[in-house]
Amino acid sequence: MGNTIRNSEITEPKRFEGTKSTWDEIAESRPFQDLMATKKTFIVPAFIFFVVYYFALPVLVGYAPQFMSTKVIGNVNLAYLFALSQFFVAWLIAGLYVRAANNFDRLSQDILEKAENGKGGK
Amino acid sequence: MTISLEMFVLFIAITLGITYWASRRSAGAAAYFAASRQIKGWQNGIAVAGDYMSAASFLGIAGIIAFQGYDGFLYSVGWLVAYLTVLLVIAEPLRNAGKYTMADVLAYRLKPLPVRGMAALSTLTVSTFYMIAQMVGAGALVKLLLGGYVTFNQSVIGVGILMIVYVVFGGMLATTWVQIIKAILLMAGTILLSFLVMAHFHFSFSEFFGAVSQVTYHDATGASVVKDFLTPGLRYKPPYGPLDLISLGLALVFGTAGLPHILVRFYTVPDAKTARHSVVWAMVLIGSFYIMTTFLGFGAATIVGPDFIKAHGGNNMSAPLLAQALAGNVFFAFISAIAFATILAVVAGLTISATTSFSHDFWTNVIHSGKERNPGEEVLVARISAFVVGAVAIGIAIVLGPTANVAFLVGLAFAVAASANLPVIVLSIFWKRFNTAGAVTGLGIGLLASIGLILISPSIMGIDPPTVTGAARHLIQAKAIFPLENPGILSIPLGFIGAILGTLLSHEPSSQEKFNELLVRSNTGLGAEKATAQ
Repeated sequence: MGNTIRNSEITEPKRFEGTKSTWDEIAESRPFQDLMATKKTFIVPAFIFFVVYYFALPVLVGYAPQFMSTKVIGNVNLAYLFALSQFFVAWLIAGLYVRAANNFDRLSQDILEKAENGKGGK
Repeated sequence: MTISLEMFVLFIAITLGITYWASRRSAGAAAYFAASRQIKGWQNGIAVAGDYMSAASFLGIAGIIAFQGYDGFLYSVGWLVAYLTVLLVIAEPLRNAGKYTMADVLAYRLKPLPVRGMAALSTLTVSTFYMIAQMVGAGALVKLLLGGYVTFNQSVIGVGILMIVYVVFGGMLATTWVQIIKAILLMAGTILLSFLVMAHFHFSFSEFFGAVSQVTYHDATGASVVKDFLTPGLRYKPPYGPLDLISLGLALVFGTAGLPHILVRFYTVPDAKTARHSVVWAMVLIGSFYIMTTFLGFGAATIVGPDFIKAHGGNNMSAPLLAQALAGNVFFAFISAIAFATILAVVAGLTISATTSFSHDFWTNVIHSGKERNPGEEVLVARISAFVVGAVAIGIAIVLGPTANVAFLVGLAFAVAASANLPVIVLSIFWKRFNTAGAVTGLGIGLLASIGLILISPSIMGIDPPTVTGAARHLIQAKAIFPLENPGILSIPLGFIGAILGTLLSHEPSSQEKFNELLVRSNTGLGAEKATAQ
């Protein structure tokens, strides 16, 4: 047990601590507002798009099974192709998100550096 | 079947070796609960996939497709798409603001005692339901796969003891590596199986889908029928089928991001960026796997045939029987061992998330108001509770027995995660006005609504003919009051409404004071928990 304490004392690195006013200051700062706006511009439409695209599948398959059974390529029907497309659309959105998130990282890096150097969020 | 037995033993030996190695690196809470936050992005991605793809997906979905065709494939879609919620909304804020559990995020600006208490209750409920489903399935499956070498009870006890050993001695590090190995095995087995299915059809998709369009089998009345298995509606029939499908989709899309055993995985990586990359890795693996369920399920339907599967163990045996038909007993043994590994990796993940929540949220923070009385107590309590959780799961699985209908418990776990956990996590990160009363009512109503609706659903209520006996009978012999098997469509809105009403009807200015702190922390990673050196 004694070993355990020492271990956790040694290995626990120092982390940023702030008072309420520091956090408020960062939250209201321009760079943070920019970060949030940039995030929102990507995440909100992406989320809405994937929810609509995904739920179109059970809705169409459930309520228009005849139409979805239309054969497109040989025996493969619309229902299967639409289901299959979901995988690629999900991967595409994930890929686009990672690209957009590099931008988020850049914006938050500035905020982190300023805060950790003790200058607050300005 | 001695080859199966040998492969099982080999897998057990390797994982116990890993557990021994991990046990020497699990000193300290961050090491035990979060593998020192040093897991790499790709490793965690594979582990997430290993944690997530249960026997229900490997054997279950292959079986549903083999028997009900296209409708089974709809499950496959939902299980992947759900990860977009994890990626876009949950993973990074959670990693930035939390320490070991989802309650850490809630407790930032809300009153820790009630919030952690309720969150621990919800976590334990989700994990227990999910685990009982896995254990009952494991018992029946191991017995079937080892063909007479072991009984149901011995299988359950064996799986239970292994999962206790991994978690008690190896903590998160051992659990992670068991999940990684399992995921790699599962992918390898699935790729091989898909390849052999296509080889059977001379690598011609038109030949493959041609066979799928005319599957011959005998229906319940004994008449021979030919069906196009690509046609929707073989499982989800009107009037309620389509609605049930939408309800299931809601539970998956909102529930996956609230599953405690998935959420804890994001604490094992050094930072939010790595958490993000691990979700993408997981999505690549999970998506590829679920696309290949096309070959597993339709392959079993066309090459083995529903009649043969029904006569040789049923639904869950579709994938192993397909392996046997394509490449004989050694491949059957290999696929069986993968199924076994799959079960072990998932139950180990469930156990560690349950014990982390009990020890960190309930013991340390609720009972002892946030302070460890003795150094190392949190880890000790977790180890003890892993024993208890394991023993309880073994006990319940044995009492329920092999014929118990427990498939609905997985659906219930997702419903609780979607209706109780997700609304409060999302609202606490994004809604300034949100407060303790809202979190408690949200968690409570989400939990009660999911369980209540399941109790009056066709999973529990139904009138069986006298030929159905024992545990296979519906618990309540009456017509179901709620017509859907999946409660999500009603319970998720109820969870959100509970959380919102609870907030609006109470006044707690202190919850708004720390909103900015949580907002900055969760979005920038400022002050986030860092990896610890070993």
